[in-house]
Amino acid sequence: MIKFNKYRSSKSLPPVSTASLPDIVFILLFFFMTVTVMKNQNLLVENTLPTATETEKLDKKDRVIEIYVGKPTSEAKTNLGDEPKIQMDNKFITVDEVGDYALQALSSMPQHLRSVATVSIKADVGVKMGIIEDLKSQLRMVNLLKINYTTYEGAVTDNL
Amino acid sequence: MKNHRSPQEVNAGSMADIAFLLLIFFLVTTSIENDTGLNRSLPPDVSDNIVDIKEKNLFEISINNADKIMAEDDIVDSKNLRDKVIAFIDNGGISNGNEAFCAHCKGNRLANSSENPDKAIISIKTQRNSSYPVYVSVQNEVIGAYNFLRNRESLRLFNTTYETIYSDYYNDEISEDQKKILKERLEVIRALYPQKILEPETVNN
Repeated sequence: MIKFNKYRSSKSLPPVSTASLPDIVFILLFFFMTVTVMKNQNLLVENTLPTATETEKLDKKDRVIEIYVGKPTSEAKTNLGDEPKIQMDNKFITVDEVGDYALQALSSMPQHLRSVATVSIKADVGVKMGIIEDLKSQLRMVNLLKINYTTYEGAVTDNL
Repeated sequence: MKNHRSPQEVNAGSMADIAFLLLIFFLVTTSIENDTGLNRSLPPDVSDNIVDIKEKNLFEISINNADKIMAEDDIVDSKNLRDKVIAFIDNGGISNGNEAFCAHCKGNRLANSSENPDKAIISIKTQRNSSYPVYVSVQNEVIGAYNFLRNRESLRLFNTTYETIYSDYYNDEISEDQKKILKERLEVIRALYPQKILEPETVNN
């Protein structure tokens, strides 16, 4: 012990070099830049997706119409209650408006993509089938028949 | 005097802070997007959809308000559902010699189950209070059953799985000629096991 103290006092250790710290942080930064995408919507609803194993990759982003379903999040539910709501275009809409908004999204797409447009239903695990059925019948009415139940990859037993 | 002094080192200590700021900016403005899911097509919105289906060709799956799954008048576990659906689609109950005979089927050929995969129809019924994850699970199992059978036939005929053909077909790096072949193969397999999933309107009772 005495020997050690003697050693330290006589010859202080060189400081740890932090020169490589920026490199490490830059690697992290590039990782996040590659795996993430810019948010185009602010989520107003809770959105934990169910899991499934037989999933297919969703089409390219330019031909997908997204519909979120879930309970309003704690920031958004000032006076909206607990019932699941539908979110499209950054705002809450009622079931009857789904067709109109979907057609609006469709018309903003380039002509050649309209026939391959897919509706991605991103519904929370807490949602009941009633609202999903209403949504589906609305989509049938405007003839948007390609739908995708967006899920996470995982065993279905996690759903139960 | 000046020439003897070694060049002063630039202090790079704040570089890490700058990189951290950038990193935090990206963490806040981006999200990890989830882009996988179960693809389905809805039936078109026409009212004259009365079709004549024999009862033995229909496999009814119902999910009640308490999230219990019933298939063919029996409560089933979601684990056994896929095997039941496979057995039903692959049954091939019509007798040998008939023109609708299913030569590639490996099922039990029971008289009270589906005649051939082309006639076999799966119906998924839900109630308004059934929960969505359970419905997704059921959809997943049904699609899984079809994928299993399609993979089996694809391995037998073309020595690759259906999934590889499918993902190759949507791969941009593949030439047009090859895509043509892949498309033909997809159509052959889809004709052997066409996906027929019915979703009747919810009934309130």
